[in-house]
Amino acid sequence: MAREATKATEPNNLTIDGQTVPFKAGQTIMDAALAARIYIPHLCHYPGLKPAGNCRLCVVEANGKSVAACITPAQPGQQVCSDTSELNAARLAITQMLFVEGNHICPSCEKSGNCRLQAMGYYLGMLEEHFHQFNPRREIDASHPTVLLDRDRCILCDLCVRASRDVDKKNVFAIAGRGIHARLIVNTASGKLGDSNIEADDLAANICPVGAILIRERSFDSPIGERIYDRLSISDTAMTEHVPDKGKDHD
Amino acid sequence: MTERKIRIATTSLAGCFGCHMSFLDIDEKLALLNDRIEFNRSPLTDIKHCGPSDIGLIEGGVCNADNVRVLREYRANCAILIAVGACAITGGVPAMRNYFDLRECLEEVYLNGTGVTNPQIPSDAELPLLLDKVYPVQEVVKIDYFLPGCPPSADAFLQLLLPLLDGQKPHLAVNQLHYD
Repeated sequence: MAREATKATEPNNLTIDGQTVPFKAGQTIMDAALAARIYIPHLCHYPGLKPAGNCRLCVVEANGKSVAACITPAQPGQQVCSDTSELNAARLAITQMLFVEGNHICPSCEKSGNCRLQAMGYYLGMLEEHFHQFNPRREIDASHPTVLLDRDRCILCDLCVRASRDVDKKNVFAIAGRGIHARLIVNTASGKLGDSNIEADDLAANICPVGAILIRERSFDSPIGERIYDRLSISDTAMTEHVPDKGKDHD
Repeated sequence: MTERKIRIATTSLAGCFGCHMSFLDIDEKLALLNDRIEFNRSPLTDIKHCGPSDIGLIEGGVCNADNVRVLREYRANCAILIAVGACAITGGVPAMRNYFDLRECLEEVYLNGTGVTNPQIPSDAELPLLLDKVYPVQEVVKIDYFLPGCPPSADAFLQLLLPLLDGQKPHLAVNQLHYD
């Protein structure tokens, strides 16, 4: 109710890096930024899905306090700093940690060139991974005829979990365990993707930002030079992303 | 008086020589470099040990004891040491063996693999001992610059080397930054 009153009496504006940005009641800082075509780096956010605040790449300073832009409500007069050398250095370190925690061998990955983690590395100027490699051992699930699950590349963004639960209405995926033991699991008695009802057209099968969930027989469709991030920056593609309206959900 | 040539040493550790091939792919600009550089130890020369050099280019990750020895020799002798390519920087494709124990790999290849005759795991004293995993070079020695790519393009090599020859810090253009 208070939010409605604010909306009625004064224009809702905040500033991002000094630029005045309007917003509607109920929008997050990320929503307002994307509407104004301002890019705040993110991997686990996808417009149309409920935000989760998992990856922390979108952390900004709002009135001097560090918050994740994707889950923090926009407020009138809020002063947001995003594109600063300090925040971008922190984002680079987060990206490097995402790389070393999994097994991300770009030259051998089908997703290479279309991978948002890779594109984030390019955007942030990542030349090397800085931290020592974890070399984790994770299970590959090749039990499904059209969808492959390679956990080596999973960054636990949980986009597939939300897409399957809220849009596809199938609830195929979940994150089990906590901290370093967190892992992507399949909600079937066997734990195998082949026993689930996921299909290659499902949003959950297509929303993976990395090469963890792949549609079979589509690998290397585009030659080098013609893949998404051969031509565009992740700051460009982020402006065009939205879950198709047919599956839109209001939990 | 002629200017002293910049001395460059190069090596391929656990790599495929693809980065060296890409380096040579700078084509006619090699002539441009030829007036300003000379090679010390490199697959392009027959020098057996790395001598004092201005720049060292390391291709490939570290998979065995000989790689460690060579890498340390380069670090000790090169003023500026550069990791070149995905394998040097992350371990790359050879590091896919890190998903398995070394023993499992050796048994699969030399004992249980398809078509193996006279099965035995090689143990000649001349063979360098394999490490438990394949490591990025920066986990073994200090690295000054990184040139990603599989391989880095010929233009990326030039973007790295030309400023260094002039004593300046190199900066890789965004369109040259790729991990594959």
